[in-house]
Amino acid sequence: MTFRSRIGHAAVAVLLAAASFACAAQTLRIGLAEDPDVLDPTLARTFVGRLVFTATCDKLLDLDEKLGIVPQLATGYQWSPDFKALTLKLRPNVLFHDGEKMDAAAVKYSLERHKTMAGSNRRGELAPVTTIDVVDPLTVRLNLKEPFAPLLAVLADRAGMIVSPKAAQAAGDKFGAHPVCAGPFRFVERVAQDRIVFERFPQYWNRDAIHFDKVVFLPIVDSTVRLASLKSGQLDLIERLAPSDVKQVKSDSRFEVLRMVEIGYQGITINIGKGDMAQKNPLGRDPRVREAFELSLDRDAIVQVAMDGEAMPGNQWVAPTNSWYSRGDPIPKRDVNRAKALLKEAGVTNPSFTLVTPTTSDAQRLAQVVQAMAKEAGFDVKIQSTEFSTSLDMADKGQFEAYVLAWSGRSDPDGNLFSHLACKQPLNYSGTCDPQLEEAIQKQRATVEPAQRQKYFDQAAAVESKLRPILYLYHRHLLFAYTSRLVGLRPIPDGMVRIQGLRMK
Amino acid sequence: MGRFLVRRVAALVPTLFLVSILIFGLQQLLPGDPAVAMAGEDRDPASIAYLRAKFHLDDPIPVRYGWWLKGVLHGDLGDSVRIQEPVTKLIAEKLPVTLELAGLAMAIALTIGIGAGVVSAALRDTRWDYAVNLFALWGLSMPNFWLGILMILLFSVKLGWLPATGYVSPWDDLRGNLATMIMPAFVLGNAIAAVLMRHTRSAMLQVLSADYIRTARAKGLSARTVLLRHALRNALIPIITLGALEFGTLLSGAVLTEQVFSIPGFGKLIVDAVFNRDYSVVQGVVLFTATMYILLNLLADVAYFLVNPRMRT
Repeated sequence: MTFRSRIGHAAVAVLLAAASFACAAQTLRIGLAEDPDVLDPTLARTFVGRLVFTATCDKLLDLDEKLGIVPQLATGYQWSPDFKALTLKLRPNVLFHDGEKMDAAAVKYSLERHKTMAGSNRRGELAPVTTIDVVDPLTVRLNLKEPFAPLLAVLADRAGMIVSPKAAQAAGDKFGAHPVCAGPFRFVERVAQDRIVFERFPQYWNRDAIHFDKVVFLPIVDSTVRLASLKSGQLDLIERLAPSDVKQVKSDSRFEVLRMVEIGYQGITINIGKGDMAQKNPLGRDPRVREAFELSLDRDAIVQVAMDGEAMPGNQWVAPTNSWYSRGDPIPKRDVNRAKALLKEAGVTNPSFTLVTPTTSDAQRLAQVVQAMAKEAGFDVKIQSTEFSTSLDMADKGQFEAYVLAWSGRSDPDGNLFSHLACKQPLNYSGTCDPQLEEAIQKQRATVEPAQRQKYFDQAAAVESKLRPILYLYHRHLLFAYTSRLVGLRPIPDGMVRIQGLRMK
Repeated sequence: MGRFLVRRVAALVPTLFLVSILIFGLQQLLPGDPAVAMAGEDRDPASIAYLRAKFHLDDPIPVRYGWWLKGVLHGDLGDSVRIQEPVTKLIAEKLPVTLELAGLAMAIALTIGIGAGVVSAALRDTRWDYAVNLFALWGLSMPNFWLGILMILLFSVKLGWLPATGYVSPWDDLRGNLATMIMPAFVLGNAIAAVLMRHTRSAMLQVLSADYIRTARAKGLSARTVLLRHALRNALIPIITLGALEFGTLLSGAVLTEQVFSIPGFGKLIVDAVFNRDYSVVQGVVLFTATMYILLNLLADVAYFLVNPRMRT
């Protein structure tokens, strides 16, 4: 072999190696904290499932970094003058993964499927929509019983995901085993608890924004192992980085951390009106005791100790950075003396109650910090750690006094408020049914105009902060760790990874 | 042999029936409403009502058991409500993974455990014996999840030799498969090896003090022949029992190890199903593993029969 041919061979080898590296780099591997549930947007229930859907199911609308509504499958929308109809203009030339056209008929089919399918988890979200009209092939109109402000946000989540009618009709309730939507990647395979694989859909309407050939989601439950998999190069991005690992990851130049405040909250729900426990409970009986309990807590310290500083203290259903936060109702400062005085005024000495907490480590730490802080004001807090499903059942039956409960949140504040504090709603574990609060909640739902809606939120916040059925404590940081080679990750507070625009350097 | 087998197989039927009642009955003791747990974060009342109807949750327990048993007898273990896959498909998916992991772990455990036990017994009260005992103590006391994480940090993060997590089918890539399985198999095998070593040692010491061993030595047989052909063969009987039990346990899923290494086997499947109250999966997988466990015990009995001539008389 001559010197020249050796050089030639070497060059070919280098090119081949580079080519194989490029091929490998075109797969995006995302580590999830849990295995998602069924991949059918109508039936899906989990946060992590929503994360997977962003790869395969486009929605009518989407969110931007400030939780503003932006177009996706719909290019625009218009409310009727009485806000009882929403007309959506659809994007032309959009295809589903099975080659079928995404048009107004498909939108009508999907929304009606969400509303009527047995076991649908979207039924409640779309309940105010009475009928859906196909105006023309690219225009659809949603008719409502009454104005419903959260509708746009609802259509920017799973209820706005449009499925192929042909595939959905053929698969029936097994659609989740092979979802067919109009997103950037089409479904390839799922091995439960191991991987979910998608491949690039060449006819995707926004194909220029897609820079990967494949996306693989890998559920790895243990956060230490998830991080180890990222560090060993097996993953490109992981969700739910443990707060205690942030410092370590940030000190390594090979990785980046993305941090954003969640749209949900962490709080303590107090039983003030659900079953006998509400009246047997010192917190449930007297609002002054609840106020004393709140004043015994230092939210900043709780965040530092329970969350390693990776959360934002809060006192409402949305974080202080959210545009819907009520500025007139700021976070109360800790005041142990005032707390003691309130207990004295209420005639309660050393009130004792049980704080039910799920077995997750952050919930346990939170409960312990709360226990220690409240003790200084004279409270005797007993912690009862209970497996999540069991604790939920207790909450559902009103068999608790106080309950540490997190909510993953919805982009519209109504999603954090209505089901939790409106009378007789399924997630209203505190048993709250206050006429003033109810009026404010119902009015904000029916008011599309933002300034007027904010007034109702302010009213609701003012009532809630005195009633205290839920002590909102903080809003966790959604933490993602990823290789520094990955660019284009957008901090959208719903915690979903938009693959559009993501690429490897 | 034939009558022995018939007797043992006939005993399986009532055993499995009782096991099925136990599995179904115990699951009913789990606190919490399964429909509420399955309905997810939003807990839409209509969705809860649908789930209750779908899974006959409003029927009395014996009626529900009847529904389930009918399905089981027709080979239908139901569908996972969480991911909407048939339980039989999930079992078919996880079984090869669990079998491979259990097989590799047992191979490691038997090689280390029996080898170390024989060495320890043969060289009793020497430095080798102490070293092997120390190893056994280490194996028994080291928690699996801790050893697993340490191995990941060393071999995956620090040295970059092995993948930290995941599973590759041996049919797709044998090398990749072994690379993903070696660490979890070692973690599992290490703990079992320690148990096997202790049992092998004590069984061997008992056998080595027997008269027939002295006779064998007096006949001038080599130490190797006495140890391996005469002593070990007899000492193996309790080891077979233990090995079968340990293997059965491995088949029901090595929960923590599978969790740490993200191996998609039975352990992870059952744990997730219990936490999500995915009843069909729990019942189906537990029934399957219980059946496997019972069959392995039957195999162990057959193995005794073959190894121990006294049982054949």
